[in-house]
Amino acid sequence: MYLALWRLLPGPAWARVLQLVLLAALALVALVLWVFPVVDHLTAPQDVIVEE
Amino acid sequence: MVGQGVHPSPAPYNRGMSEAVNEQPARRPRRKRVTVVGVLGEVLMTGGVIVLLFLGWQLWFNNLVSSNEQRSVADDLSEEWAQAPTETETALPMEPVDPGIPAITAAPVANQAFANLIVPRLGADFKRPIAEGVGTAVLDSTKLGMGHYSNTQLPGELGNFALASHRSAYGGAFHNIHQLVVGDAIYVETVDGWYKYIYRSMEYVRSSGVGVILPVPQDPTAVPTESIITLTTCNPFYSSAERIIAYGVFDSWYPRAGGPPAEIAAIATVVA
Repeated sequence: MYLALWRLLPGPAWARVLQLVLLAALALVALVLWVFPVVDHLTAPQDVIVEE
Repeated sequence: MVGQGVHPSPAPYNRGMSEAVNEQPARRPRRKRVTVVGVLGEVLMTGGVIVLLFLGWQLWFNNLVSSNEQRSVADDLSEEWAQAPTETETALPMEPVDPGIPAITAAPVANQAFANLIVPRLGADFKRPIAEGVGTAVLDSTKLGMGHYSNTQLPGELGNFALASHRSAYGGAFHNIHQLVVGDAIYVETVDGWYKYIYRSMEYVRSSGVGVILPVPQDPTAVPTESIITLTTCNPFYSSAERIIAYGVFDSWYPRAGGPPAEIAAIATVVA
């Protein structure tokens, strides 16, 4: 999977590393902005109230 | 070696691949084969990293963002309340306020902040908004985080002013609730002024222990003769196995016109 990605990227090794870092940063931003908040509401929250 | 002899199968496959990309020299080292197991391993490792990132986000990053936002919401409320009476003061003649009779807080609107909680023991700058209701819209909100059980009483009334908030994550307002010491001050700020409660005791119950938010805790038939505050959150950390309950008893009342109590003057007045 990552090998295929490495082959797909153009340019010399340092340019590919740079692109991978940028892609990883984009993925992180997408996770924090959209994925994590949704997952957070789907998973059972810690219950803090008393109820019957 | 015998082993090399019994595995002839990769050779034709690799030959086929190098034919497909025939511009590359034949001496170039063979590329690694892409296998199902290899891809699966990478997917699983990526998943593991994402789960760890999520935990970091939930317990640290989002917690930090929430606690800062909740604090600034509380500051905005203080500022709003500080400005409200000065307008009426100029319009109406000042009535002498008897600090002995606390004002009863007006009925709040669901899911909206109507008070602030200030507890010096939970941090020199601990100040959080209190919203009406204990649904996820309040408790899991980055801007609110602390809720008032709407079936319980309000500050100034006889009975129980019961609150809930998270112990960790979502701002984790009650993270250090176990550090309260008998005699600690718990302040509730509303548009009318500041209610001072004195922390008295702690109790651990199951999640079904609704007796703790009764007007007189654990006594359904009793008629309340004093005003108390009850803070509920989960226990232990990162678990919801039990509830940790902190009780405080109403002590004194500071009308807004007279200014905030000295102990919390720094945090109660928002420097614009």
